[in-house]
Amino acid sequence: MAKANLMDYDKALELFEPVLGFEVHVELNTATKMFCGCANEFGQGANTNTCPTCLGLPGGLPQVNGKAIESSIRLGLALGCEIAETCRFARKNYFYPDTAKNFQTSQYDEPIAYEGSLTIELESGRQVTVAIERAHMEEDAGKLTHKGGASGRIQGADYSLVDYNRGGVPLVEIVTHMIEGAEADAPEIGRTYVAAVREIVKALGVSNARMEEGNVRCDANVSLRPRGSDTLGTRTETKNVNSLRSVERAIRYEIQRQAQVLSAGGTIVQETRHWHEDTGTTSPGRPKSDADDYRYFPEPDLVPVAPSREWVEELRATLPEPPAERRKRLQAEWEFSALEFQDVVNSELLDQVEATVAAGASAQSARKWWTGEIARLANVDGVSPETLVSPGQVAELVALIDSGTLTDRLGRQVLEGVIAGEGNPAQVVEARGLAVVSDDGALIAAIDDALASQPDVLAKIRDGKVQAAGAVIGAVMKAMRGQADAARVRELVLERAAE
Amino acid sequence: MTDLTRISAAELSGLLADGSVSSVEATRVHLERIAAVDGDVHAFLHVAAETALATAADVDRRRAAGDRLGPLAGVPVAIKDVLVTADMPTTAGSKILEGWMPPYDATVVRKLRESDLVPLGKTNMDEFAMGSSTEHSAYGPTHNPWDLERIPGGSGGGSAAAVAAFEAPLALGSDTGGSIRQPAAVTGSVGFKPTYGGVSRYGAIAMASSLDQVGPVARTVMDTALLHDVIAGHDQMDATSLATDWPSMAAAATAGLADGALKGVRVGVIQELAGNADGFQAGVKQRFDETLALLSAAGAEVIGVSCPNFEYSIAAYYLIHPAEASSNLARFDSVRFGLRENPADGPITSERVMSATRGAGFGPEVKRRIILGTYALSAGYYDAYYGSAQKVRTLIQRDFQAAFEKVDVLVSPSAPTTAFKIGEKIDDLLAMYINDITTIPANLAGVPGLGLPMGLAPEDGLPTGLQLMAPAMQDARLYTLGAAIEQLLEASWGHTLISQAPELRTGNTRSAEGNN
Repeated sequence: MAKANLMDYDKALELFEPVLGFEVHVELNTATKMFCGCANEFGQGANTNTCPTCLGLPGGLPQVNGKAIESSIRLGLALGCEIAETCRFARKNYFYPDTAKNFQTSQYDEPIAYEGSLTIELESGRQVTVAIERAHMEEDAGKLTHKGGASGRIQGADYSLVDYNRGGVPLVEIVTHMIEGAEADAPEIGRTYVAAVREIVKALGVSNARMEEGNVRCDANVSLRPRGSDTLGTRTETKNVNSLRSVERAIRYEIQRQAQVLSAGGTIVQETRHWHEDTGTTSPGRPKSDADDYRYFPEPDLVPVAPSREWVEELRATLPEPPAERRKRLQAEWEFSALEFQDVVNSELLDQVEATVAAGASAQSARKWWTGEIARLANVDGVSPETLVSPGQVAELVALIDSGTLTDRLGRQVLEGVIAGEGNPAQVVEARGLAVVSDDGALIAAIDDALASQPDVLAKIRDGKVQAAGAVIGAVMKAMRGQADAARVRELVLERAAE
Repeated sequence: MTDLTRISAAELSGLLADGSVSSVEATRVHLERIAAVDGDVHAFLHVAAETALATAADVDRRRAAGDRLGPLAGVPVAIKDVLVTADMPTTAGSKILEGWMPPYDATVVRKLRESDLVPLGKTNMDEFAMGSSTEHSAYGPTHNPWDLERIPGGSGGGSAAAVAAFEAPLALGSDTGGSIRQPAAVTGSVGFKPTYGGVSRYGAIAMASSLDQVGPVARTVMDTALLHDVIAGHDQMDATSLATDWPSMAAAATAGLADGALKGVRVGVIQELAGNADGFQAGVKQRFDETLALLSAAGAEVIGVSCPNFEYSIAAYYLIHPAEASSNLARFDSVRFGLRENPADGPITSERVMSATRGAGFGPEVKRRIILGTYALSAGYYDAYYGSAQKVRTLIQRDFQAAFEKVDVLVSPSAPTTAFKIGEKIDDLLAMYINDITTIPANLAGVPGLGLPMGLAPEDGLPTGLQLMAPAMQDARLYTLGAAIEQLLEASWGHTLISQAPELRTGNTRSAEGNN
């Protein structure tokens, strides 16, 4: 449906109550795949990370990755879930070329983690608690590339290529209960919920959590219930929405689209839908009914997983501080304004600033350097800021500035030296001879030289035209190649005029 | 000069060890035997003559150099075509895998190579091990060496016929519902289904994962035990493999040859399988009763036990097995390996190519079981079929537990009848399925089972088999008692059973290399 034909959002909310549900797939960053020893690596040559098991060759058998179980339990615990005393894998049977065995090894009626919750805070300050039904383990599918068609989609393609490198990569699928009462916040709830899940998996270190690489993928279920009715509407499931902003946009679009269809007397088809980033619209995928028959049955090639209670408690003790609580604590400790703090969070530099403060820098200096010059240089190089310098180096740089050894301007040169691999800040200062000249004698000599060529300056200052000092200061700074404290030069020039 | 094809693997390994025979000689005579008789028997789908001779020469070289070699080093072995082999095509008896060269060896095949056995080739089987006669092979049936008009049992009819026709002293089989033990019974050979998890399934093309087990096939209990020792043990590639330190099965078999090995042993006769039920051939029952009398005379305590839930075992098996098979066989879709067929008309889409390939590549019995299994797992039927079958399975396990509280070993005929004629039951599938009534309970419960010759049925002069079953993990007990009973029976006959097999017509009826 073209966007022009959608019902106005406020009007849609007047007529209907949106009901949401989310399935978030988290790709774990284990060294090897879920059921075989192949490397779990992104970006390798097609079908190089494969073996008889993940290629579904005759005779291949799965072996469970213990690290993936551990990551799944930690994620379950971080979502406040119960961890099953025993659980099984199950086969989900369906034919598709990206699924080598033509069944996906997943979990069905016995997920490893169940019944948790996650409280999120919206920009308005509204708190929403999302009830989690389950978090279960499964394997990812391979990647299909459709060739020869205009759209890159399967329809109209001449042929398709399959890369099974991703086939068998461990996933945790987090399924929410139905979310009611979202009202006009529904799109923001979607974005904030997925952001919160992403933040948790990142804090746990169980996933690379890069949405653009598909490490975190969201399927958003949306249905509309007419005001005054207690019957749920038919839902659609928009698949693989791969950015936070898209989650928000897709939900908003579906609310407006469904409202338009329903108001015009139409019915919503229960189906999956594709999200189109370019047009900001969804289009029909395949019909999906509650009676879809995947012929689940317990995976006979694997034995049940029975994590001991002792192990679960050991893993619980390894959980990091919940990200939301940590943010609140750090903002208070650092005395940042909401804007300053959001800047750090949005730049994903919380860890770096925290470590820099721990290494002795003031919070404001740490923030200024990381979100300022370092982020700028990283952006130029197209890399992440944390790959350029370490928090310890930034703290050392800040200390050199605080002690007067460097000006901010010299500090930026030192930073460039550090990034260029010339050593730690003190070594760069030494090697490049960048320290501020603090010897008044040297400065006075330079001032005398400058005055010799501009003899009227002192008279102007004495006449009250203090700004005339600027020309001398500029000349001195130039002569000293910037390695002087401009404030001190100004003081000395004014002293001379007062003589 | 001793005919090297007629002696046991144990005897042959003795001759190899003391240098009186080379592995190349032993291998060559078996290849010659295959060339002479396999045109009639059709035990082999593929014979790797050159590779086998090269392997044998290598073993001889290393033996001459003084390398320490395993007990079966240099002994030829046949491999059921359900096991993947990196140097031989692997078809599982199906057109859908015709010509497929696997990129890897099954764990048991790797173990054979590491122990320096000499693989001769791949043996025929019912397609994907679905059958009791080898008539469901896409490459034509195997013929029983005792009577070429008759079936050699199934699904491992090729492995059983190969040892019974003296084409190989040893073979590997796989047993999902009796595919090692029933062919052993009808060909007068010996076969062992290990405890579930005792032998790795990695590289065994799965039919019913929770029932499949790879095992040894031979002409004597001792030879079976020697091969068992080569293939058993934990494998991290198979999650259902048991992390158990298995005792030597050969040592257990040797213990059975001591005087009085049967004295005081409590032998349980399963009343439901004792031969009184419908479908049991009179001659089978007669030989079974005679064997029980011999056991009593040897000091064993023969006790009747009841396993009331065994009567549901075939029904449960034909739900669990097709259900798992329908899922296991889903991977045969033409995308990554094997046959590819385009639809005769209409658009070429992946779905339609998969459908056309499976339609062309699978035989009728495979299709039948995929349909049965798909149905049994369907929403709304799962609880009634697969769910109920799993409950029956638990009841059968309890029957075994209760019985083993009273006895050390359970016995029954290995199969209710002697070998039937090729074509006789192909249109009466229920009759075919019923043939596995004696062997299926052990698969459902995961317990070990040994089948060994029990004499020739008086009415048709064809072999009958005795089955022994022990609690899970007690495989060694079966080898001790099996060796004792084998010795007892052979003493009563005055010869081995296999020595009574008729001579086969020999002639250059089969090319030594390649598929046929």
